[in-house]
Amino acid sequence: MKAKTADKIATAVIIAVSGLIVLVLAGLLGYILIRGVGHISFDFLTSPPETIRIGGGIGPQLFNSIFLLVLTMIITIPIGLGAGIYMSEYAPANRITNFIRLIVEVLSSVPSIIVGLFGLLVLVNMFNFGFSLFSGALALTVFNLPLMVRITEQGLKGVPREQKEASLALGLTKWKTITSVMLPISMPVVLTGTILAAGRVFGEAAALLFTAGMSSPRLDFTNWNPLSPFSPLNPFRPAETLAVHIWKINSEGLAPDASQIAAGASAVLVITVLLFNFGARWLGRYMYRKFTAIK
Amino acid sequence: MEHIGLTAKDLSVHYGDRPAVKKVSLDFAAKQVTALIGPSGCGKSTFLRSLNRMNDLIPNCKVTGEIWIRDKNINSPSTDVVSLRQKIGMVWQRPNPFHKSIYENIAFGPRYHGIKNKKALDEIVEQSLKKAALWEETKDRLNNSALALSGGQQQRLCIARSIAVKPDIILMDEPASALDPVSTSKIEELIADLKRDYCIVIVTHNMQQAARVSDKTAFFLTGEVMEYDLTQNIFTNPQRQETSDYITGRFG
Repeated sequence: MKAKTADKIATAVIIAVSGLIVLVLAGLLGYILIRGVGHISFDFLTSPPETIRIGGGIGPQLFNSIFLLVLTMIITIPIGLGAGIYMSEYAPANRITNFIRLIVEVLSSVPSIIVGLFGLLVLVNMFNFGFSLFSGALALTVFNLPLMVRITEQGLKGVPREQKEASLALGLTKWKTITSVMLPISMPVVLTGTILAAGRVFGEAAALLFTAGMSSPRLDFTNWNPLSPFSPLNPFRPAETLAVHIWKINSEGLAPDASQIAAGASAVLVITVLLFNFGARWLGRYMYRKFTAIK
Repeated sequence: MEHIGLTAKDLSVHYGDRPAVKKVSLDFAAKQVTALIGPSGCGKSTFLRSLNRMNDLIPNCKVTGEIWIRDKNINSPSTDVVSLRQKIGMVWQRPNPFHKSIYENIAFGPRYHGIKNKKALDEIVEQSLKKAALWEETKDRLNNSALALSGGQQQRLCIARSIAVKPDIILMDEPASALDPVSTSKIEELIADLKRDYCIVIVTHNMQQAARVSDKTAFFLTGEVMEYDLTQNIFTNPQRQETSDYITGRFG
């Protein structure tokens, strides 16, 4: 009787807590979306921001966010995959590799503002990259890399041992076994994780304040020469991202419609991150089916 | 085609300090099926996995002694393990086809070993599947996922996959223990067929299976070979009490 009562109470508490979490999340998302969605229009998404007049958009910021994401992933994916493959398949089980694993864990829990300051001191000042997309991408790499390494390592560790042995028993080399048998099997896991990591990068602000900077030059979207300072493609120009822009207009925006712009930009940010998440789930499921089930 | 056997000489395997196989010497002849029987944990699977150096993958596992193929000791450090494994096929307890199409499962190995010609690959796929008695069931759906096949079909696919790279020896680790009786008898028929071309070593827990498919049988107990003889002698006239107890089901 007593155990049954306790069981009922525990069940009720757990349901209440989960309900609360869902409610808070729904409320938060709903509030952001309801406030912001009305402000989103094609014009808003493409035009540059205004300093003191109404009617500014977030075009360059949106472009910067996406471009920075691409740059970060170009740096992160090869290094992260390489390190993950090493940790899973090549590293011997000893103290040194356990230490590396610990460092990776620590690195992933460093607050992003610290990463930003590190970026300012080392990348922007010491290496003289200045406030630039490149500095921003490197700073984001610092805190994206641990995730990428862990995802790859776990993905490969999840491959059944018989799959690996079957390939080796056919006389294939270890490297070929990894690339042709193991990576395809772990691809859904790795890809899903990568997209989730990308979503995190997209919403990051603190690490970028002091690395990618808080301003953008007047971008000329007809100039595709990556060496020109006004070209959107130049990785060595400063670039304010969407998340940083929201922070900036909320704290020091002078335009009369600053709060609507912040709300609209927030909604765009949230929708994009949600798209990343749903996209990751869908793609993960799709690839899992493609690799395992009947065509 | 030349037929090649395999000889193990004083082969020992240790996991850390714990001995799993103790100085086993066995001779496996070409065109013969040898069964390894014995209770769980007697070291027969560990011994089998040493023959194609698969135990190299397991940390803390140390294999000492000699394994001779022709005039080469393949357990020496200088052996090219990768090309050695091409010559020794392996089939596992649970079917483990690659997560690829039926065609790709077979073509994967040969293509890696240098056969790029589409026609030659098609030919290998067809021959391998025919040898594994799977061609009739799969010829119309070679591009379907191998994972859509039944367990017994998957196991025959795995056998086809290993013969596609033209090994001399095939190691089988309880190849039918995860299958239903019909699939099991198909695998057994297949083993009888394959015997004409390969040296086959099979680990099994099933006494009747050992009696049905093998020419010679080795009885393992606590890491040692108690008795090794023609299968009919082992089952009708065992020389040792332990062997007799085991095959009559008194322990194990």
